[in-house]
Amino acid sequence: MGYYTPGEPLVDGKAPDGPVAERWQNRKFEARLVNPANRRKLSIIIVGTGLAGASAAATLGEAGYNVKTFCYQDSPRRAHSIAAQGGINAAKNYKEDGDSVHRLFYDTVKGGDYRSRESNVYRLAEVSTNIIDQCVAQGVPFAREYGGLLDNRSFGGVQVSRTFYARGQTGQQLLIGAYQALERQISTGTVSMFTRHEMLELIVADGKARGIIARDMVTGEIQTHLADVVVIASGGYGNVFYLSTNAMGSNVTAAWRAHRKGAYMANPCYTQIHPTCIPVSGSHQSKLTLMSESLRNDGRIWVPKNQADCDKDPRDIPEEDRDYYLERIYPSFGNLVPRDIASRAAKNVCDEGRGVGPEVDGTRRGVYLDFADAIDRLGRDAVANKYGNLFDMYARITGEDPYAVPMRIYPAVHYVMGGLWVDYDLQSTIPGLFVTGEANFSDHGANRLGASALMQGLADGYFVLPHTIRDYLADGPFEPIGEDHPAVVEARESVRARTEHFLSVNGTRSVDSYHRELGNIMWEYCGMERNETGLKKAIDLIRGLRDDYYRNVKVLGASESLNQSLEKAHRVADFFELGELMCVDALNRRESCGGHFRSESQTEDGEALRHDEEFAYVAAWEWAGLDEKPILHKEDLVYTAIEMKQRSYK
Amino acid sequence: MNVTLKIWRQPDAASEGAIHTYEVADVSPDMSFLEMLDVLNEQLNDRGEEPVAFESDCREGICGNCGLMINGEAHGPEVTTTCQLHMRSFTDGDTITVEPWRADAFPVLKDLVVDRGALDRMIQAGGYISVNTGSAPEAHSVPVPKDDADRAFNVATCIGCGACVAACPNGSASLFLGAKVTHLGLLPQGQPERDERVVNMVAQHDHEGFGGCTNIGACTAACPKEIPLDVISQLNKDLRTAIKHGH
Repeated sequence: MGYYTPGEPLVDGKAPDGPVAERWQNRKFEARLVNPANRRKLSIIIVGTGLAGASAAATLGEAGYNVKTFCYQDSPRRAHSIAAQGGINAAKNYKEDGDSVHRLFYDTVKGGDYRSRESNVYRLAEVSTNIIDQCVAQGVPFAREYGGLLDNRSFGGVQVSRTFYARGQTGQQLLIGAYQALERQISTGTVSMFTRHEMLELIVADGKARGIIARDMVTGEIQTHLADVVVIASGGYGNVFYLSTNAMGSNVTAAWRAHRKGAYMANPCYTQIHPTCIPVSGSHQSKLTLMSESLRNDGRIWVPKNQADCDKDPRDIPEEDRDYYLERIYPSFGNLVPRDIASRAAKNVCDEGRGVGPEVDGTRRGVYLDFADAIDRLGRDAVANKYGNLFDMYARITGEDPYAVPMRIYPAVHYVMGGLWVDYDLQSTIPGLFVTGEANFSDHGANRLGASALMQGLADGYFVLPHTIRDYLADGPFEPIGEDHPAVVEARESVRARTEHFLSVNGTRSVDSYHRELGNIMWEYCGMERNETGLKKAIDLIRGLRDDYYRNVKVLGASESLNQSLEKAHRVADFFELGELMCVDALNRRESCGGHFRSESQTEDGEALRHDEEFAYVAAWEWAGLDEKPILHKEDLVYTAIEMKQRSYK
Repeated sequence: MNVTLKIWRQPDAASEGAIHTYEVADVSPDMSFLEMLDVLNEQLNDRGEEPVAFESDCREGICGNCGLMINGEAHGPEVTTTCQLHMRSFTDGDTITVEPWRADAFPVLKDLVVDRGALDRMIQAGGYISVNTGSAPEAHSVPVPKDDADRAFNVATCIGCGACVAACPNGSASLFLGAKVTHLGLLPQGQPERDERVVNMVAQHDHEGFGGCTNIGACTAACPKEIPLDVISQLNKDLRTAIKHGH
């Protein structure tokens, strides 16, 4: 209780009622229209051009609004959506294997451990089929069967084949589709694209989001961009952990700046940790690479039984000295247990001192993923056919031959389910500020199903936001505000002051060194397993480190030029504040669910134990000021179409 | 291992650039090339020298953001992206020259960072299929032969890194262009705009200051995604067909 102030309950004022299957149809019908001639008088700012941002920008541009869109990369084609490997779900039931909108909805709510919103998830499942149609029409080269129809596979532990894919590069192909649609609008002049621009502040004037302050990352110019509505589509904040599978530049700044201006941050502690990543090889490591989870279908996971064997060549360790710990603990699911269970089990055996691979900071953090049995059973060629590109990627990064020596894997931070709170219309607690894709919180609950992130990004951008934003814009155009409006001046001044501060400290430590240290704290105490003592300790550590950061960071160069250290300085400052809130949120949630395991809340068998009576709510945090306690607003999760169940994978 | 780096430094687009020499000690062979540059930058920052600006984002070989000329080769000695090049490809004591992409159409912004906006402008000229959201037909209403879909996918894997341009003695972007024209031209959905697409994209290519293709093949040799050279033949064929059709 000492870490937050209880606030009023939060209610989603747009939450529809009636049968779950009719809610979106009704909302679309009720959303007010904007006459085409009036659309060109309305302006929209979109921050981020990944799947959610690019698809929204293209669609709103087509509709005739004035759209300005921003990304920090040199081209919208580089957004991190491009790195998604697996696929995209859609309830097409092309395999006639019992899939339906309702089943996709059910699987997603269950996969999120009953911590997502029923209405939002149903809508996601409902529009999923349109996404595939749209992407095919754009020329996305999905895998096909010999008859020319689309192929599907099953993914992420579900029992139907509903995942559409383009080899292991589905995210790339979907993003290129959305990017091309966006570039088409840019050429027609409906969308203006600002590449190498970073949003550093949100402008909230007279209670409404009315624009952003952006820095031109080449010239350093601090620019003011005003509009009738702002959309944040800036992705997730997994880089708070420093090491993650996220792109180097992925950051929380756009969302965090909005949070500080009044947008609530929901369930920030929900982090998805992926069990099959290439382990850290040394202290120089800058990021982690995901290996598709499909590898667990044929690979067997083990560590030595005896600590003394950990530095031996694995091929010299006899069968009786190996601990196939997942097969031992979870005989019915074995190596295919859900992501959070596989991840936690790997961390536990490494913490016991039975990890393998190079020692980094005193511990070996890796477990074997062994294909020797599969190669004996299926032959090397068959294994190469199935997993060849992944084996090549592993060999390139580690310099080891996975056909000869077992691969080494370790869990890594991959995706965040938390994000800015939005209502059913995807509008935040600030009127006129909409949030889409990974940057919002609503659809994945406490854990995300495989192949669902791409679906959500595109659903929000192509099919949801264009309807709900229209309803908001029907009240516009709003009274123009000038660059001399006090809210604009305040926002611009705060960016200028922070920029000048970082450049003038001239301390002794680089931004990266602070980021790495923050990441270690987060991983150790707010990673896949948390407890009260650790989280309290983390909060103290983060506060101390943040104070030191403001007094002792060293950022060279000037503001009026391309300055990558300065860019990072802004982002890491926001990661400090977010990291602290993540710990406070994790401390408050005294239950285990999804990717969040509180060691105080487990069954006798050591499995995650939810407490629905106490915690079936969204934790939405309101900013109260630096060094002030954040305010917790609870939004109850109500399920009318689905029954909450405890899970069991024994 | 220890390496000597000769790196192009240029404060901004308007300034003169020059090669600077740096020593980096204790390089692990497991480091990626970019992680080695991170280490250099930490050292420079500690010494009060401005870090070297270079680009990267995903660091897993798919976003196309990174790209350096390493010892005169685009992305260095291996057929991969710079982020997937590891220091084990070099030997202890090596001197390594690091420069930005070389091409008139890619002006240097700072140090090793160049402006590749011309690639986006070529896509704007026609590298898409015109379909508005919500007006798409049912996905199964148009079958696509598997071989066409597979080949379309193979050439659609272009990451737009610009290595083809940097490697080409003529500074041509024909491989990039050929990949997109071939990808969309292989699909039934791409047919209505096929002629117009190739004509407009080629015109934009020339307008941006990229050179012409003389079939040297340096582009495909440097391409980290191994886009085949025959996409340029397809590009030329489509262009001829479009002209024949009166474009």
